[in-house]
Order: sequence, then structure tokens, then C-alpha cells
Amino acid sequence: MSYMTINNRRVAFTNERNVLSVIRKSGIDLPTFCYHSELSTYGACRMCVVEDERGRIFASCSEVPRDGMVIYTNTPRLQHHRRMIIELLLASHCRDCTTCAKNGVCTLQKLSRQLGITEVRFENNKKQLPLDTSSECVIRDPNKCILCGDCVRTCEEIQGLGILDFAFRGSRMQVMPAFNRDLAQTDCVGCGQCRAVCPTGAISIKQDVAPVWAALADRNIRVVAQIAPAVRVAVGDKFGIKKGENTLGRLAAALRRIGFDEVYDTNFGADLTVMEESKELVERLKSGENLSLFTSCCPAWVKFCENRYPQFRRNISSCKSPQEMFGALIKEEARMNAAKAAENGEENVKKTVVVSIMPCTAKKAEIRRPEHFTEGEQDVDYVLTTTEITRMIQEAGIDLSQVKPESLDMPFGLASGAGAIFGVTGGVTEAVLRRLVGSNREEDLEAISFTGIRGVDGIKEAQIELGGRTVKIAVVNGLHCAKIILDRMEAGEAHYDFVEVMACKRGCIAGGGQPVPIGPRTKKARLEGIYKIDNMAQIRLSNENPIVASVYDGILKGKEHKLLHNE
Amino acid sequence: MERIADREALGQVREASKAQVADSRCRILICAGTGCLAGGSGEIYERMCELVKDHPDVEVHFGPEIAHGNGEISVKKSGCHGFCEMGPLMRIEPQGILYTKVQPEDCDEIFHRTIEKGDIIRHLLFKQDGIEYQKQEEIPFYKKQTRNVLKNCGHIDAEHIQEYISTGGYQALEKALFEMTPEEIIQEISDSRLRGRGGGGFPTGYKWSQVARQAEKKRYVVCNGDEGDPGAFMDRSIMEGDPHKMIEGMMIAAYAVGAQEGYIYVRAEYPLAISRLKLAIAQAEECGLLGDHILGTDFSFRLHINRGAGAFVCGEGSALTASIEGNRGMPRVKPPRTVEQGLFGKPTVLNNVETFANVPMIIMDGAEWFKSIGPENSPGTKAFALTGSVKHTGLIEVPMGTTLREVIYDIGGGIKGDGKFKAVQIGGPSGGCLVTPHLDVSLDFDSLKKMGAMIGSGGLVVMDNHTCMVEVARFFMNFTQNESCGKCVPCREGTKRMLEILERIVAGNGKVEDLDLLEELANTITETALCGLGKSAALPVMSTLKLFRDEYMEHVVDKKCASHTCTALRRFIISPERCKGCSKCARNCPVGAISGQLREPYVIDTEKCIKCGACESACAFGAIHVEG
Repeated sequence: MSYMTINNRRVAFTNERNVLSVIRKSGIDLPTFCYHSELSTYGACRMCVVEDERGRIFASCSEVPRDGMVIYTNTPRLQHHRRMIIELLLASHCRDCTTCAKNGVCTLQKLSRQLGITEVRFENNKKQLPLDTSSECVIRDPNKCILCGDCVRTCEEIQGLGILDFAFRGSRMQVMPAFNRDLAQTDCVGCGQCRAVCPTGAISIKQDVAPVWAALADRNIRVVAQIAPAVRVAVGDKFGIKKGENTLGRLAAALRRIGFDEVYDTNFGADLTVMEESKELVERLKSGENLSLFTSCCPAWVKFCENRYPQFRRNISSCKSPQEMFGALIKEEARMNAAKAAENGEENVKKTVVVSIMPCTAKKAEIRRPEHFTEGEQDVDYVLTTTEITRMIQEAGIDLSQVKPESLDMPFGLASGAGAIFGVTGGVTEAVLRRLVGSNREEDLEAISFTGIRGVDGIKEAQIELGGRTVKIAVVNGLHCAKIILDRMEAGEAHYDFVEVMACKRGCIAGGGQPVPIGPRTKKARLEGIYKIDNMAQIRLSNENPIVASVYDGILKGKEHKLLHNE
Repeated sequence: MERIADREALGQVREASKAQVADSRCRILICAGTGCLAGGSGEIYERMCELVKDHPDVEVHFGPEIAHGNGEISVKKSGCHGFCEMGPLMRIEPQGILYTKVQPEDCDEIFHRTIEKGDIIRHLLFKQDGIEYQKQEEIPFYKKQTRNVLKNCGHIDAEHIQEYISTGGYQALEKALFEMTPEEIIQEISDSRLRGRGGGGFPTGYKWSQVARQAEKKRYVVCNGDEGDPGAFMDRSIMEGDPHKMIEGMMIAAYAVGAQEGYIYVRAEYPLAISRLKLAIAQAEECGLLGDHILGTDFSFRLHINRGAGAFVCGEGSALTASIEGNRGMPRVKPPRTVEQGLFGKPTVLNNVETFANVPMIIMDGAEWFKSIGPENSPGTKAFALTGSVKHTGLIEVPMGTTLREVIYDIGGGIKGDGKFKAVQIGGPSGGCLVTPHLDVSLDFDSLKKMGAMIGSGGLVVMDNHTCMVEVARFFMNFTQNESCGKCVPCREGTKRMLEILERIVAGNGKVEDLDLLEELANTITETALCGLGKSAALPVMSTLKLFRDEYMEHVVDKKCASHTCTALRRFIISPERCKGCSKCARNCPVGAISGQLREPYVIDTEKCIKCGACESACAFGAIHVEG
């Protein structure tokens, strides 16, 4: 154990990566724009500067802690420099805070207030740059970019994509895709992780709030909501609800109050996915064709594989994602009901609109893929991210923390714990294994969870005995890690029977549409929240969900392939 | 050229090359440095070749591959002599005659009189204070210099390796490989107290020892030839004039630290340096001085040239290595430092051209010899690019510790024209100003740092009373602002704002508060910027603000520029006593700001006047001048 003196207090440290981490551990929230513990140290914002006993000033993010260091974090000189940096950033920043997507959650805004900036002495003479609205998932507003490079490093280091980078130099520097192409013309998978780390409004979610409001207001439309597993542990964030707490009941109540006709659970869709995907795995294991089987729940991953590793395209499961299975089912049911009504000579049958409430920006693009239309009709009409639904609830004047929880609608409001854990990395695998092992005994369930598929490591490998053979599994989160696995498979250095990939690190709980900022504590609380839901569930296996059995006997009968699989 | 297989073979080649040079009756060295080439030395070379070729009585050679014989004349393209102001230059050996401002028309005369008859052509000689100088070495500009690093520049043909070998080239490498261990080499360099010539002044031996100490065995040697300071051309001249010296230094460094691969990072704006380096590397490879098993030893070394696209920031170590790797040239946070994780993440020796060029001499003549030159803590010589308002501008080399007075008055010949010495800007955009009280300060790393300036890579701009210091600060800030990589906030945004303020001041729109704001910004940039370039970006402003605050005040308060440099602050007036009322000024004014009646004094409407000065030059009676 070593010690350093921070503002005259002795602070112990062990193997902290840098002085900044020691300072933060000691309870001082030194401000930064460009430091993220999961990214490489960039050292550009210079907000984390500290002073040592000899008056030397240095950035604490890029200094290795040494025993006996004496540092000060808030001297008048440092205060002056930090204020000057904020003032300089503000001077070249589009300061339309009141109409900004990040209003209230912007780090620049927060620090400006925290440091008491009341005046900007420099003229903002930056040329107004056009917005990039080409992506279905995110919007880039270069006028709000402070060039911290968080998005650049996230895209490169975590997602292995490198869609964004710096162009030009000095005060003309900008972040953009190569050759300033539109995002839509790049290999961007829409994961929205750039938006999740962006401290300002330079990258924000493409909003679908307006058409949903319109649908809700239309009496001739039946609006059906489905709520993804990771939403319920994050939507409470902006309402002062404890981080990671399951707010599904409150959310259901709030959604009804703002006009949703029926509120269902995407976890039910996940249960269907488990049924289909495990069937597919067994078939492929038997035939040996197109092994490994790659999961298809994550649209960002699917797009990544199609773009960068087309040679593996046939390995991707033919199963639709849970939201799409769910959407197809609801729409099919609606079509059946409409046909029945027509037979009965009823008029004015309400049109059904399916709205998915998702932690994910890539889901917005997924619903527009051609395979997600059935009989010419889009299976899911709109995707609202957790952030958007938060805004809608706020707009309606509802305080989620004050709403009495209500149960979801039946029948599709009933789901297993296996469906819930789709929200974290390893969850899909665990759910499929539960189905294939087929036992609901506590020790068997535990045995599966201890195979090594849980946890936040980027690449997790596991083996399990199934039907007399060893099934090799890889669980991946973060596309950078997917790249590593695929390259190894390509080179013949590794073989897996089943590969689960979630594009976002830790899975959907840290999706690109979730409320920000997402610090390490929030991520942990959400992860624990998801497993708690599973632990509390009466039904732990998808195949034990009675509704699953009933839809296979009812709506789905003979249409499994049409409704639940891609061509 | 044949492969030099071992030590003996190198010795034989050296003797043969020496003999060849000694056998020449006459060597005509035409400066083919960038400056002289621009002045037409290429044509002069062609013409001299023709003349010599057409002569029936002499045997001629243009390169080193010559036959021996009497009456032989060689015509060569040399590197930069440094006396660029007097170019194109021609040196004739063995007499050591230096002809200045040579034109192609002079060639016939030179050939027929000097080469054939040994006459001196007086009008081509350099003259100073009424004295004609026949020999290059006697010219005051050269006499006061100590040319060690630049010794061969201008004296050998840089395009032939034998020429370098004939001057004792690659003897230091030979000594290092056969008589010294890597540890001894590093010790020798450490003992010599050689410090990095790129501006930082970091002890070279210590740097090498740090690389040698790393656990990682793959190492690199990188030469920083990205000389980006405006007005500096020391490194270019070495690369153009004596490329092998620097290559030899790199090879010794590679042997000392156990590297097998090296990179030379040269800015693409130096095409001649690049082509000479390429040629030098090709020739060294051809004769086995680069490649595998050099001189029959286990030492192998390969060199690559990397062209930089001209970003000033790529002179910074981590930005330079990033650029070689194919990434955006931006400095990164340290640690890890370049010696630990430099190029491709491997331990890297990164030194400047001039630093490497010093190495062979230290190995040959020893640390003691090196330390005998210059002050104790900054021994050796330093090359400077002397420019600005001195009589003789050019590339000079002096012992560290030489005073500014010696440089400006003895070597530079004093201030040009009727001007009075005002200041010296040293160290380029990262440096500061020195003024009259500093004239006797020793030019070395430590004493300049104390003065708030730095040696930088060696740009030395002399300024007289016709220079506006606010404009000087604006000029450098404009440069820095353009060259900022944009990574860290203080440098990217701060320099932009400083430039805006300076532009405001020279345009006559400055306020007194602006000076405080400038200082505030300068302070934040200096103390918080990420890299060395950012940290020193505000130095020119801070230094001028400190030394010439009244000049700033004059601009801000009185809206005047005493040196009449700042156009916007000029106020043209017509002296009624001198004005004859001829109307010529009014007719020449592009904006119709001058009015009056014929034969009556005219007046300028200062509101309309755009301060172009057309009236001043039009006036035949000297009646129009700038006020103040």
C-alpha cells in the first residue's frame, strides 16, 4: 500500500491506473471530458490538471501515482485554468442549451455551472456546420462537438469500427467519418455508444417521439407497447429512483396514462427466441451445417457481421430478434382479428401500431429491414429508446417515482426469468442453455450460471455437455472483441458451436439509447437489477412459460417460420 | 560501387578515394543547396560541365568513377555553404577560392581565367568594408565560425559516398563496430554531454542508455528531420550537404542501443534533402554499409525514409512516431515515453539531424575533445539559421556559449542599412526575444531558458527598429495557431483567441484589457497544454509583452505603430509646407480620400483612407508621410 497527499489529506492507493483515479477514489470528483476508465487515456481536455508541492501543474489522468506524491486539486491557479478552459470551450460551442437534446445532462453545461462561468469574453465566430441526420439511429451535430474524442475512441477501441475520426487541425478540427461521408454511407452499425459517451449534444438519438404521440392521440389506432428487459432497470434514472431498480410496474402504469392501449413484455418475445434458437442450435449441431451458430438478437452485431465479415453471414441465426418476433406475433394476431371482424361484418376495426421501448438505437434501424415486414406490413412500427420514453413521461407531467405500479397486460405480459436476462451479456446463452438442459432445479440453473458465461469480460468462453457432446461456447460483448473472435475463427485457431455477441459492452443495459451518464456504479446496479428480476421470477425457463405453449398452439401454429424467422 | 566486405576493404576504399581527391588538379564545387539552386546554380553546373568537357587538353570527371591522370578537373555539386545570401556560390579547390553571386554568363570567364590560368576574377569575390576576400576561410562570415557539423557542407559532393569516405567518413562507425562495445559508445556519448539539438536539450547519452535498458529487444532509431520552424534550415543543409554524416550517426546509435531498423522523418517540403538521402541510402546499401552484416560483423541495420506532410506538430516525438505509423500526427500523453514505447510501441531513440551528425565526430575525436568546445553544461557547436536585418544572412555554426553580439556583429556583419538593433527572436514559434542587454549572454540551452527564450532548433531572426514587436508576436501566433494539431483545448482554442486579440491590436481595435486577457490566455496555455509545442506556443507573446509592453500600449492606447509596420495604424498626412497642390496624389488614390484645389495644399480624409501608401509613392515632393 502506498500513500499520497491530496489537499493535505493522506490517501492510500494500490494499483490505480493514474493519479486521477486516486483523487476520485478519495472522494473528489475532479472534472473531465475526455477521460473514461474503459478507454485509452487521451489527455486533451486538461480539466483534470493538478498542482504538486513545487508548483508544477500536470494532468492527473496521465500521471502514474507515486508513493509520497503531494498534490493539490483546487488551488487558485487550477481554478483559473479550469475556468479558462471551460470559457474557451463555450466560446466555440453552439450555446443553444435550451433546445439541445442534452439539455440538463450535458457535461459542459454542468461544469460551466459548477465552476461558476458567468461570462464568455470571446466571440463565437465558428461557422455553422450542417447536421448529419442520415443515420436512422443517431444525429451528429458538429456545432456542439468539443473534440474530446470520446466517440472516436469508443468506436475504435470498444467497437473496433473506427467510423469516426478527426479531420483537419487546430481550431478547424472536426470529428467526422472518413471523407465527411454521411453516417448512413459508412459501416456504422447504429449502436449509439458514441452518443452514450458524448459529453455534449454533438451526438444524440434520432427521435421518434412525435409519430408516437400522434398515434397515441388517434382514436382509431390501437397502440401496443413492448418493453425490453434492460429498460426497466434504467428508466427510473431520471426520476430519482434508485439505480438498477426494476420499474416495470411503474412504467406500465405511466404508459397507460399517456395513452398506450396495451403494454406487454419483450421478455415474452425473448422466450420465443429461446425456443427457436435452441431448436436451431440442436439442428445445426446434428447436421453440422453452418456451425457456429451466431445469435441474432443484437441488430448492431448483425449489421457488423454482414458489413465486415460477410463470410460468416450464414452462421447468424435465422431467428428474428425478440422485439421482431413479438411485433410479428402482435401484427399477425391483429390481422387474424381483423379478418374475423370483417367476417362478422364489423366496421371501423382499429389499426394496430407496435411501439418497442428499447435501450438501443440500432433497433430503430432493425425495424426497417425488409425481412421485418410481414405481408407488406412493418412488424414493429416505432422504436423509442429509454431516453425518449423518459422524455415522453416527463412531458406528460408524470413523475414515475410517484406512480403506483401496475401489472402488464395479458397474455403477453407474462415472461420467464430467462427472457429477462437477455438484457445483459451472456443472458441469451444462459437462457438457451436452460432450455436445452431442461431442468428448473436450482442447482442445475446455478451450474449453468457458473459455466463462465456471466461477468463483464469482453470474451468469455465456456463448455457444456449437451446430449452426449461437448458444446463450445463464446460469449462476446463489445464489437472489438467480436472482431478478435471472428479473426481467430477465420484463421482456424478457434472453434465454437455457439457464439453470442452483444455489440455494447455489458449488453443492452449499457445500450446506446439508455439514460446517460452511465458511470461504473450505474452499470453495476443495472446488471444486478436484471439478475434480481430473474432470481425473483416464478418461471425461470422459457419453455415453462404457459403462454409460450399456448401461442405455439394458437397464433403461431404452422406459421413459426413465417413469423419468427428471417428468410 | 563494389561491396565493402570488411574493415580492410573500407580502409582501401578510403585510401583510394583520398588519393583520387588529392590527384585532382582542380575541383570546382558548385553549391547545389536549395538556395543556390533557386538562384540558378543548376545552369552554372551544366555550363561548367560543358566547358570542361569541350576542353581538349584536360581529362574530366563528374563523379568519383574516374580514371587517374594529370591535368584532371572535376566539377561537383556540393551541399549548402551557408552563405546563402551571396549565392550562387562556387568554390574552387585546391586554392579555396570562393566566387559569390555567380551567374551562368560568368562561367566562361571563370573557366578560361581561373581554371586555365589561375587568375582571380575580382568582381566575383566577396567584399566587405573595402576588403576583397579570395579564400572562403578568410571571409569574416566563415572565419568566426567553428564548422564541425557543417565541415563537409559545401566542400564535398553530397551525391557520392566516396567523397564522404575520402574525408574520413564511416571511420567512426568502423571504430564503434571493431573497437568499442555498445556500452562504451553510450558512455562516450554520455561523457561528451552532447544534448539534443532539436531544441529540448535532453542529454543524448542518457536517452540512448534508457533505450538500451528496456526489456523489449525490438528497438528503433528515428531521426527527426521535420524542421518546421519558419526560417530554420540547419537540418535541411546537413541532409542536403552531408547526408552520410547523419546516417553514420544513426548507425552508431543503432549499434549502441541494439536497433536494426531506423527511420528518417523528413518533411516533404525538402525534396532535395529527400533525394540526397535516398541516394545516400542506396549507395550505402550498394556497398554494404547498410544492410545485413555490415563490414562483416553481426550488426545489421536498415534505413527507411518517411516523408512528413508538413505539419509542424510532427516534429514532436510522439506525433512524429504516430505519423510514421500512418496515424494522425498528434502528440499523446506521456508516460510511456518514446524511449519506452516509441515507434510501433517499441523503445525508440529519437534524435534530431544535427544531434546525429555530431555523433561520428565524438566517437572519432572523443568526449574530451567535444567538451573542450563551448560551456561545460552545453558543449559542442550549434548551427543557427541567421536571418532578418543582418548584413550577412545564412547558415552558421558556432560553439555553444558564443554571444549574440559575436553572431550578429562579427559573423552577420552587423545590422543592415540604417537600422538599429532592436531584438533577436530565437527558437522560432516556441522561442522568445532577446534584446540589447542580452547581447553578451552566452548562447546555450540553460542560459537562454533563464532569459525566457530557448535555443529551439536554431532559428535566429535579427530585428531592427523597423520591426513592430506586436506584429512579430502576431506572426508567430498565426503560425502556431495554424499548426496546432487541435487535440488539447488550451492550445486549440487558446491560440485561436490569442491570435484574434493580436489581430485586433494590430488593426487598431485593441483595448487595454486585451493585454490582460492575452496574459491570462498565455498563462493557461503554457501551464496546461498537452505537448511541448503547446506549452511553448505563447512564449513569443509573453516574451514581447514583457520586453516591449510600451509598444503594445502604444498600439492599444495611442493607436500608433512606431515602426509603421501595422498598416491599419498608419496615418498618412500631407505636409502643407511641402505640398505644391499638383493633385497627383488625389489622382493616384484608389478610394478618393484626397481632395483639394490645384496649387493649394491637398488634404487626406483619414476616414476614407485605406492606408495603402499609393499617395506617398506618387508624391514627387516628399510631402506625404506617415505620422509619428
